[in-house]
Amino acid sequence: MNDFGTYGMVAEFDNPTDLVEAAHEIKRKGYRRFEAYTPYAIRDLEEIIPGRNLVPPIVLIGGLIGSATAWTMEYYIAAIDYPINVGGRPLYSWPMFIPILFELTVLFAGTFAFVGTLALCGLPRPHFPLFNLPEFSGASSSRFFLCVEKRDPMYDSEATAESFRDLNSIGVWEVENV
Amino acid sequence: MPELVALEERQRQTARPLDPNNPLAVVAPGTTFETVSEQISSIVLTRKIPLFWWCTFGFGVFLFVVFGVAITYLLAKGIGIWGVQIPVAWAFAITNFVWWIGIGHAGTLISAFLLLMNQSWRSSINRFAEAMTIFAVMCAGMFPLFHLGRAWIFYWILPYPNTMTAQPNFRSPLVWDVFAVSTYFTISVLFWYIGMIPDLGTLRDRATGGFKKGFYGVLSFGWRGSSHHWKLHKTACLLLAGIATPLVLSVHTVVSFDFTIAILPGWHSTIFPPYFVAGAIYSGFAMVLVLGIPLRAVYGLHNLITVRHLNNCGKLMLVTGLFLAYTYLIEPFTAWYSGNDFEMYTVHNRAVGPHSWSYWLVILLNVVIPQALWFYKVRTRVIPLFTVSMVVLVGMWVERFMIIVTALDRDFLPSSWSNFIATFWDNAMFWGSIGMFIVLFMLFVRFLPMIPMSEVRELLPFSRPGGGTEK
Repeated sequence: MNDFGTYGMVAEFDNPTDLVEAAHEIKRKGYRRFEAYTPYAIRDLEEIIPGRNLVPPIVLIGGLIGSATAWTMEYYIAAIDYPINVGGRPLYSWPMFIPILFELTVLFAGTFAFVGTLALCGLPRPHFPLFNLPEFSGASSSRFFLCVEKRDPMYDSEATAESFRDLNSIGVWEVENV
Repeated sequence: MPELVALEERQRQTARPLDPNNPLAVVAPGTTFETVSEQISSIVLTRKIPLFWWCTFGFGVFLFVVFGVAITYLLAKGIGIWGVQIPVAWAFAITNFVWWIGIGHAGTLISAFLLLMNQSWRSSINRFAEAMTIFAVMCAGMFPLFHLGRAWIFYWILPYPNTMTAQPNFRSPLVWDVFAVSTYFTISVLFWYIGMIPDLGTLRDRATGGFKKGFYGVLSFGWRGSSHHWKLHKTACLLLAGIATPLVLSVHTVVSFDFTIAILPGWHSTIFPPYFVAGAIYSGFAMVLVLGIPLRAVYGLHNLITVRHLNNCGKLMLVTGLFLAYTYLIEPFTAWYSGNDFEMYTVHNRAVGPHSWSYWLVILLNVVIPQALWFYKVRTRVIPLFTVSMVVLVGMWVERFMIIVTALDRDFLPSSWSNFIATFWDNAMFWGSIGMFIVLFMLFVRFLPMIPMSEVRELLPFSRPGGGTEK
């Protein structure tokens, strides 16, 4: 396989313990651009493969936008646009605005959580280079994969493959970037 | 296959012994990453559709057609075809609405509240319970919509710039209800879907035909299970659970405000919000069991929906049922303690009035019979548990009917007293909505993964690197 158009080097593992050990080892060797692909969330990997998690601030911003929208809408409609005088009660009866304020806060925060998470994941993205590897379909059922990307400065077809082979992997492949 | 042998070897080495205080397993021994993936995806992808599915689906379609006929006739003639009049202007439609939306609550409670409480047993039942929530809210939404009379201009209840220059009154609980129910539906769908994306990825990877692969590929958004994605996904699920938990409590609270903000005796009470929420969760767990017990038997899910789940759902039903029994006790007490003639008359009317059958039926179905759940043998055996759940579902429907009709038919002025008699079309709408629910739920079982595979994998005793469970 020629080096032009290579996505990275992939190793397959049959259990989470070997995968996490391998990820540790790869990191210790100085690799930085690598990623694990697993059939369920493994907490240990979060420490080994750090990355920014912007979901909480996005949800917070969504919630604040929701609250502001609800309050502005209710105040404008009830006090300015369509005032209804009910027995002389104040038009800006804010305690009665709380239920809708809460609901819209939740609605906006939840929608931001969903859309924001997908956007941060770069999804929807129907195709991904690793899908070229037939074995990779196991990553969503019972197999564990580790991929060192070619853009890692330490990437070297021979050496990277060799280190994977030393780490209890059950298969090592170089995957094309198509 | 050598890999599987290695996996099972590791399982034997690292399997965690069961908690001696809770000797029931969440996932039966012998389940591996591969078997759980195969077991759940084969229901959708390869296994023959069981006769049970066709029969239930057919029954559902029949009732759904009845629903369509009832709605068509209703739109043609108006709501005079129902038994409603003044003063009983709310009857079956709102009873059905409150009943359906209450059923939905258990799904959110399982998926959100129990997630926050770190109750790992919830994982295997949470997907179908959430689907139940979504379909129940859809059924619920039908009733206020058609009770409007002119359903085609329902959008008048929303605030939008219009040529009539009229706007909704934000001090009205009926407007709050519109926001609460639509938010609840949206958040339930988003929460359900985001949790399902990894499982749709599994279905995509295991599907053989090009069409199926494409179908689940599009639905899965190209999920690839990278550890960065998993981290974001977990955070999003946790945050959605955090906002869905107060949401679920707010929804039935707002529904109860529809009643309690009115000054009618029998409705105007501060106990209504917790009373409604407890009743909602009670009927919801009953529905989870009514759906879960047959699914478990038909699809052979005994290793994933274990006796532990039945036991826990039974316990939760017992607890919420006792909350409800407490409010049944406190309602006549507050009426007596208030010294208000109208309040006391409502209690009297409920116990011996023309609809007293509904009051005593509620006590029997919601308080007396469910006491059987104190017994371990009732909670852990399918037939008694299923029976009690059906009893509770009926009891909760009758309770809502009792709250609505017995408060309305004897209001302040005896000259306006009236009686409510349900017509054929009242019943057709109710049974029709059950048909809609069955159709939607059966389509879900047929086409989507009903057990969250990715979450069950975390429960396996060797899922954590080095041994133990990830959860």
